[in-house]
Amino acid sequence: MAAAVAIPATRYLLVPARAGRKEGWTEAGDVSQLASGSPVELVFRRNRRDGWRVISEKSTVWVVRKSENEFVAFAPQCPHLGCAFHWDEKQRHFLCPCHTSAFSLDGAVLSGPSARGLDRYPARLEQNRLLVGSEVIPGARAAW
Amino acid sequence: MVKQRFSGVLAWLEERTGLASAARGFLYEPIPASSGWRQVFGSVALFLFLLQAVTGMLLALNYAPTPGEAYNSLRYLVTELTGGRLLRGLHHWGASMFIVVVVLHLAQVLLWGAYKKPREATWLVGVVLLQLALAFGLTGYLLPWDNRAYWGTVVTTQIAAKAPLVGPYLLRLLGSDGSIGVVTFARFYTLHVLVLPAITTLLIGLHVYLVRRHGVAPAPEDAGRPPKPFFPEQVFKDTVAIFASFALLFTLAVAARVPLERIADPTDNTYIPRPEWYFLFLFQLLKFFEGPLEVFGSIVLPGLAMLALALAPFLDRGPAVRLGQRTVALGVVGLSALAWAGLTAAAVATTPRQPAELAVDFSQPTGWLQLAPAELAGIGYFRAENCAACHPVSGKEAGKLGPDLTRTQLRKSAAWMIAHFKNPGELVPGSQMPPIRLNDKELSALAAFLLKLSPANAEALHSAPDFAVQGAMLYQAHQCGACHRVNGVGMQLGPPLNGLSRRRTKSWVERHFREPQVMSPGTSMPAYPFTPREMDAMLAYLFSLEG
Repeated sequence: MAAAVAIPATRYLLVPARAGRKEGWTEAGDVSQLASGSPVELVFRRNRRDGWRVISEKSTVWVVRKSENEFVAFAPQCPHLGCAFHWDEKQRHFLCPCHTSAFSLDGAVLSGPSARGLDRYPARLEQNRLLVGSEVIPGARAAW
Repeated sequence: MVKQRFSGVLAWLEERTGLASAARGFLYEPIPASSGWRQVFGSVALFLFLLQAVTGMLLALNYAPTPGEAYNSLRYLVTELTGGRLLRGLHHWGASMFIVVVVLHLAQVLLWGAYKKPREATWLVGVVLLQLALAFGLTGYLLPWDNRAYWGTVVTTQIAAKAPLVGPYLLRLLGSDGSIGVVTFARFYTLHVLVLPAITTLLIGLHVYLVRRHGVAPAPEDAGRPPKPFFPEQVFKDTVAIFASFALLFTLAVAARVPLERIADPTDNTYIPRPEWYFLFLFQLLKFFEGPLEVFGSIVLPGLAMLALALAPFLDRGPAVRLGQRTVALGVVGLSALAWAGLTAAAVATTPRQPAELAVDFSQPTGWLQLAPAELAGIGYFRAENCAACHPVSGKEAGKLGPDLTRTQLRKSAAWMIAHFKNPGELVPGSQMPPIRLNDKELSALAAFLLKLSPANAEALHSAPDFAVQGAMLYQAHQCGACHRVNGVGMQLGPPLNGLSRRRTKSWVERHFREPQVMSPGTSMPAYPFTPREMDAMLAYLFSLEG
């Protein structure tokens, strides 16, 4: 009897919600003027499922142009403990203000406690507009 | 060595807590020799109460206790969370079963006169626990916040308002001074999950303590017979009864539908409110009292019955006798059961019925409600032509012959699809698909649905109820969209059909189909002599349209 309640209860608490498994693409902004090698933080609104609600919320993404048609979209949280990192123009790297993890332009760990490089969103270009997916792709493990 | 360690740990625990000797005292407590199956109800009730607590806590983890949000979160819980429907089923049917078992427990004590001196206090606590069980049912009824919950609670609070002297204050206490809204909801929720569980737990503790203090009531035939220990015989019987009740409850939770209707709508004047089944007799009783006498049916009679129940041990003070000689007790229990059953049956018989298969089940996904009639009719053709036999939908059921119809790269125009349906081999050389024998209108409805098909809305294929699909197919076949608009699609010569249920009754619309000139003189709508079956499907579909 305990198992007949405990097994469904565990699945109820741990299996993700059905509709929550499907997410779409959201337009993050115009990237036609973006210079290669200079990351830009794009601010946009995206719909996100929050339990039984779909909420429209402000989102940000750090975008790096790799070539004419190739872009990388980094999720704006440090993979160490989730603080918001920024681009340090003087040092030419991404820097997390919490525990000073530093990341290169391609997201790899340069220094600090982060165990992996910057996380990314899937990104694709559609007529100068950058579309980002919602699924987070974890960054590469640090070399050390 | 291990055994020595284990007994060492046990001895340590015993010295510090006394748990082992308490458990021994509990298990080997002497009970009358005649004890048996009739004494299992108390243990089953306790088990069901604990199960209600566990399932209630689990439900609360995904439930937002405010009007509107409550309904949406419950829908999310039953339609999108794995196991959510089962847990709600256990809680819903568990509540009914708890009431049944508590009443059986009470009837057993009443029949055998087990409330007699010195067990009056045990009985009184039990009577209060019965009220608490009913209060759980009453407060929990509002929490799904669907029409059933809302209107049921409107009636309940209005009954409370009619109580002599205290009515208005009671209404204010329930937060229903004016209308039922956030305050009433907060009060009912707080009662259901904080106040009632705390009081009930305390009183169950007191009840069990009193049972243990006075021992299980002996029957007259126990005189001179040595008592037996609680373990193993009675423990075994209690366990079997608990297991049987759980098996029944689990089966109900899996197999029986728990209703979830349209979200509470205070402006819906077509809804027929009914209380939970165990309160139907009170509902029916009210019908016998008119005008100022109503308070007798709603407050005085039920109050007197409860008072008589509480006073049973003080009214019946004679020595314990065999069950067969307790004619008054047998008569009271028998007549009460008859009255309850008769009133309940009368209430059920006088409730207008809407066949369950013609009602929207909001505990299932309802994406189909947003589809245009042509798309919904397309689902009908999709089902009738058995397209799913060869085509996988939404990546499930891989290995089928045809391509997945939700894959966007396969999207073609409606004209291409219709040409392909008519002659599959021409546009897709080598296609094994047989031509679809439908007329152009039907083929275009099928194409309209397939063009809109995506992994996100593919569930509509399975969840759209037959009545709605049949209704939409009739709607398409009779070109109702040439004058009317549904879900933003169709012309506006006639009135829009969304929200029709709020404006008209079913009988009005049915007559309007048959004799439009009588109902709306001068209308350009022709008469539609549907068969009774077609009329049912059409009306059920039109009345399910939200607006």
